[in-house]
Amino acid sequence: MTSDIAAILAIDGIATGAVYALVAIGTVLIFTVTRVIFIPFGDIAAFTALTLAALDAKRFPGTGALVVALACLATLVEIISLVRNGDIRLLPRALLFYLAIPLAVVGIAWLVMRMDPPLAVRLVLALMLITPIAPLLDRIVFRPIADGTVLLLLTVSVALHFALVGLGLLFFGPEGVRTEPLTSFSTEFAGVLISGQTMLIVLAALVFSGLLYLFFDFTLVGKSLRATAVNRTGSRLMGIRPARAGTIAYLLGSLMAGVSGILIAPVNTVFYDSGFLIGLKAFVGAIVGGMTSYPGAAIGAVGVGILESFASFQSSALKDVIVFSLLIPILLWRSLASLHSEEEIEE
Amino acid sequence: MTRLHVQLAAVAALACLALAPLVLSPFSVTLMNYIGIYSLVAIGLALLTGVGGIVSFGQAAFVGIAAYATAWVSALNGQSPWLGLLFGVALTCGVAAVLGVVTLRLQGHFLSLSTVAWGLAIGFLFGNVEGLGRFNGISSIPPISIGSFALVSSAQIYYLIWGIVALVLLLGYNLLDSRLGRAMRALRGGNTLVESLGINAFRIKLVTFVIAACLASLSGWLYAHMSRFISPGPFDAGMGIEYLMMTMVGGAGSLLGGVVGAAIVTLLKNSVQDYLPLIAKGASGQLEIVAFSALFILFLQWARQGIVPSIARHLPKIRRERPQPAPPLPRRPQPTPGELLLKVDGAERRFGGLVAVNNVSFEVRSGEILAVIGPNGAGKSTMFNCLTGALRVNKGEIVFAGRPITRDPQSRIAKAGVARTFQHVKLRPRMSLLENVMLGTHSRTRAGLLAGAFRLNRREEASARHEALLQLERVGLGDKPFELAGNLPLGNQRILEIARALAADPALLVLDEPAAGLRRQEKLRLAELLRSLRADHLTILIVEHDMEFVMSLVDRIVVLDFGSKLCEGVPSAIRSDERVQEAYLGGVA
Repeated sequence: MTSDIAAILAIDGIATGAVYALVAIGTVLIFTVTRVIFIPFGDIAAFTALTLAALDAKRFPGTGALVVALACLATLVEIISLVRNGDIRLLPRALLFYLAIPLAVVGIAWLVMRMDPPLAVRLVLALMLITPIAPLLDRIVFRPIADGTVLLLLTVSVALHFALVGLGLLFFGPEGVRTEPLTSFSTEFAGVLISGQTMLIVLAALVFSGLLYLFFDFTLVGKSLRATAVNRTGSRLMGIRPARAGTIAYLLGSLMAGVSGILIAPVNTVFYDSGFLIGLKAFVGAIVGGMTSYPGAAIGAVGVGILESFASFQSSALKDVIVFSLLIPILLWRSLASLHSEEEIEE
Repeated sequence: MTRLHVQLAAVAALACLALAPLVLSPFSVTLMNYIGIYSLVAIGLALLTGVGGIVSFGQAAFVGIAAYATAWVSALNGQSPWLGLLFGVALTCGVAAVLGVVTLRLQGHFLSLSTVAWGLAIGFLFGNVEGLGRFNGISSIPPISIGSFALVSSAQIYYLIWGIVALVLLLGYNLLDSRLGRAMRALRGGNTLVESLGINAFRIKLVTFVIAACLASLSGWLYAHMSRFISPGPFDAGMGIEYLMMTMVGGAGSLLGGVVGAAIVTLLKNSVQDYLPLIAKGASGQLEIVAFSALFILFLQWARQGIVPSIARHLPKIRRERPQPAPPLPRRPQPTPGELLLKVDGAERRFGGLVAVNNVSFEVRSGEILAVIGPNGAGKSTMFNCLTGALRVNKGEIVFAGRPITRDPQSRIAKAGVARTFQHVKLRPRMSLLENVMLGTHSRTRAGLLAGAFRLNRREEASARHEALLQLERVGLGDKPFELAGNLPLGNQRILEIARALAADPALLVLDEPAAGLRRQEKLRLAELLRSLRADHLTILIVEHDMEFVMSLVDRIVVLDFGSKLCEGVPSAIRSDERVQEAYLGGVA
């Protein structure tokens, strides 16, 4: 391998890694606030790419129908739980949040789409359509078992991923998509060609991580999210609702996953089931950061991207085997390094 | 219900199974075969997940390793499927042992995530390795032959599959009711208790892990020779989660639940395939996985316990007989009263900059009750954890019965004769009182895996059971030995912990705040019990908070304050010591 090839592979790896980093940061965000290891973030990213591709092709994406279906289901679940607890007076609020807003989002997207909007608007539409999915899934799937063990939540999360893959096939069809590059700009740096897309990916990863940092350190909502992450009961006593913190975390997380989906769509062909591998690799990165550190997750994800890039140069068939085999030593290192509550699985 | 009823039910079930192929259609027999094959994996997973508390998403990979191994041996190299079985099981167990050694030290969800990782990695391998047919798979795998009789039709292999399932269930239940099985059942709920009983938790986990993999490999062997064709599909990550689902639907803690779960999931999947096309034409393939995952999620939300345990709760309890007298277990040589038993010399333990225990020295002589007391944050618990091996001292030495134990792990210290109880009671609430106490006899008995599975351990079991009953009677809990430990009030749970510690035949009994949370009457009873133990020449070290409890009971007291030893002496001297009063009451005005 010459240094030229190494440089190209490294740049390629950094770009892929930056995409994983966005998903990884979202994963850490959800895990710290809700203790859910949200495997389906990869699916969210893939769905965003598919949504954007449908919008580009002037078709209304299946995401709309998916959001409507999930909104109805979430409303139903919410109403049942309100009736059970005798909180009927909260009904209008529930209808607003779980039914009206998601439906309005889909409606607006539908109307705007008819006007044949430019690319920038289509990007916003794709993100708008994708962000309600995770919070709605949270309401339907995770809220009823919010106090379960991490393992239970993980099992449910894996099952949810499989449900989403099936829904993806149903709503988007089996065809892979590759969208137009967001920019055709490219430059040469130290003899290596760097495309504008690569730079955009890295830039987006940096900007979003930075924004997240500002959000957590300088806004009250961000601080309440951090408080929930540290101690659910304690923050509840301080007037923070863990459920609301969870919804905000899911919204932010899916926004990041959505951005990564938009960024990866012009680089790789995305299928309805591409999300699993994106999600898992992001997740490997998140584990490098011990599932708690955002910079750690980002660095880990970039590392995974670089490793994958070099591994696929050596043997494209076995690159995934190499990446996942590497997870085991990382897990070992993290498990030994972290203080753990061993009574997690108490009967 | 007695044992006989259970045995009759088992025989009836076997008879039904044996007659089934005569009545069922060939399609139904094939379905039954799949159920049997999946059951084997689910039983292994029940052992691993429900009993041992290790959630694995990767069992499908083990099935695949064995299936590919036997296909390679029989279809590609023309050897006998029986050689394939041998090779498949050996290879799978070998891979599992290596994976286990590497990953089983991981905690909780880290461990489960590692199973996702290697499950995926191995799954990808099947489709990418040269010589294993890549994504086309391997076809024309020969059927299994017994002598010259080939098991070609589904009714023929049916008996082999279900024979193996029945045998596995029998051996599995035997194992769970043995010394090793109790240790496995104790894994769920954390390592600290397990290690404190002298059990090497890692080893037990590894054994459980390899057993589960071995069952998966049997399943893979049967699968390859029944379907006569394999491809990577049935061994991918999706199948791994399906196995987990079978286990949890059936009831993760129950081996029979594995069979029931496999049956329900397989039949459900089959009927979903039949009926979904009626609801949504053309999209049934996609909807199948959605419907399936949705059902699983609903199940996990509402009926986590699983089917078999929910039904078993409504069945009449199995009536058990009180253990009969049996030859006693061997006892360890006890130290002579008055001799030096435990010596702590200059112990120091730091947590970062905080010195929790600072240059503490004291001695315990055989036959006495010594208390270590001190106000909150004095370093009592840290001292206690250093003594029992839960923590290591940074400096200093601890000698027990003439042997340094400073660097020993918990389980070795326990084996040397130090038995402990916990400040926050650690019992296994779903095991009976008797079984909880029998856990204490682990290091005094030796029956292994095979002895347990084939019931070669009967004499030793009887002795252990009788010993446990004796200890229950000694502490006054002997009237209901088959009650579940979780049903006891806190006071009795503490007493039960002492019985468990006594069953280990300790030279030194170490009690961590035994009076915490007890009512007055319970404290008096506890003190009475400890006095009677001293009368039997047992040495006791108590770490305690409750002055009144300590003063009237113990022979000598060591007082700690801010990590250092303040003073040492008989209770009356300690009571009048000004430094102690200052430490507890904040100075004399």
